[in-house]
Amino acid sequence: MSADTSPAIRLRGASKIFRTPSGGLHTAVRELDLTVGRGEFVAVVGPTGCGKSTTLTLVSGLEEPTEGEVLVAGEPVRGVGDKVGFVFQQDATFPWRTVLSNVMAGPRFRGVPKAEARQKAREWLARVGLAAFEDRYPHQLSGGQRKRVALAATFVNDPEILLMDEPFSALDVQTRALMSDELLELWEGTGASVVFVTHDLEESIALADKVVVMTAGPATVKHVFDIDLPRPRKVEQVRLEPRFIEIYREIWESLGEEVRITRERGAADVA
Amino acid sequence: MSPEVLSTPVVDTVKVPDRAHSRARAARRRRIVVQATRILLLVAVLGLWEVFSRAKVIDPFNFSMPSKIWDQIWTWLTHGTALGSLGEQIWYTLYEALLGWVLGVVAGVVLGIALGRIRFLADVLGPYIKVLNSMPRIILAPIFLIWFGLGPASKVASAVVLVFFPVFFNAFQGAREVDRNLVANARILGASDRRVTLQVVIPSATSWIFTSLHVSFGFALIGAIVGEYIGATKGIGLLVSQSQNTFNAAGVYAAMVILAVVALAAEGLLTFVERRVFRWKPTNS
Repeated sequence: MSADTSPAIRLRGASKIFRTPSGGLHTAVRELDLTVGRGEFVAVVGPTGCGKSTTLTLVSGLEEPTEGEVLVAGEPVRGVGDKVGFVFQQDATFPWRTVLSNVMAGPRFRGVPKAEARQKAREWLARVGLAAFEDRYPHQLSGGQRKRVALAATFVNDPEILLMDEPFSALDVQTRALMSDELLELWEGTGASVVFVTHDLEESIALADKVVVMTAGPATVKHVFDIDLPRPRKVEQVRLEPRFIEIYREIWESLGEEVRITRERGAADVA
Repeated sequence: MSPEVLSTPVVDTVKVPDRAHSRARAARRRRIVVQATRILLLVAVLGLWEVFSRAKVIDPFNFSMPSKIWDQIWTWLTHGTALGSLGEQIWYTLYEALLGWVLGVVAGVVLGIALGRIRFLADVLGPYIKVLNSMPRIILAPIFLIWFGLGPASKVASAVVLVFFPVFFNAFQGAREVDRNLVANARILGASDRRVTLQVVIPSATSWIFTSLHVSFGFALIGAIVGEYIGATKGIGLLVSQSQNTFNAAGVYAAMVILAVVALAAEGLLTFVERRVFRWKPTNS
């Protein structure tokens, strides 16, 4: 298989075992098999703390799998590559840089000349609606605006693969829906492949082409659902469609079981 | 009865816009009271000192008195000290302290960041640094005098060893406590290890480092003064030791006052610089 026709991401039997501070071993994910096609939007849902985020760190190259293989565009991942963009759950904007400088950071790190980086950064800031805020510092922005900065800073690098780790979970409900729509708009122009981790099933169905349900930790893929809702979608509208509700019910049957297992385990731990 | 009842709310509405005004006035009054009490306290302490000393309740020879201290400062200002002009002594001490401070800060920051970033170095050097830090380093001052002589070099060296450790430990801690998300984000965005150190670790460690800069300038002054006190050809420390040797208590106090002014001026300058560097920080934290 040549690099051009191979899927964007392929995990084969990938496991990640961490050493805990007390010396024990903690299996975050086990025998993970997952394929993400080019330009595909895949959402990963699973109970809290099951190891969804670990999947992303493996694909990004921030962590290496203990066992198995992780391939990006047909090539095994070795360290952080230049194809990947990552939007973190927490705020990861640099507080000592202005908004413009934050968005310029990626191109500058990759050796793009300053003037060109500035121009690209301004374009993306305009696209996320923050053109007027380029001289502000992150602490002067709202949570939603900071998230937009993070999106612009990620998209400005033209990533082929976009990893998102519950990016909107810290936002209020209205901002969240708005940001989801904006994300879809930005993404549709790029052709990037997306892996979007969330614990919100509604969000995952509204956004994705495929929803992957993970088991209770140590996580592995339980089931993959195809979402046949037409695009372009508006998050607030698609939620009300009968087909959406049908899909929701179907996936929840699978996911709910894992959530229950996690909850019972939690209760057992507390007892 | 009824006209009175009616008139009450009218009086209230007049009062309401006044409230912000009266609150501001109260705040202003409080500030004035605090300032006045402050000055009163100073005057009382200095006055009592003067009175007790003049009345020989306390020994004026040992404890001197504010007026004599002022006379001493004035004499130094107008006629110079036995060592030369007062400005020259201040400049000498300041020069030693500043040079020692800069060298100590640079060494502390560089090593602190290096050890914070390079695990191997930290593991190898960690115990030695702990041992060195546990020593009361001021006892090195006589050794430096033997090594480097009576000139400024020995004072600079004492200042450096005093300044280095607090700066080092803060820089080290700052480099260790960098938000892991920021580092991960920088790496994803394409930053090399060197870029991560220069553009993520160092900026996030600056607030830690600045905390230590305030304390450490005081230490640099101590290093310079103690060094001069032990043996020197110029400087405020020497002024102290000469005054002491001629049983001139006023001279010792006068040197102290001058030092305090110098230290406060330096502190003010540092705070000013800090404000400019940390423009990106929210003001309330």
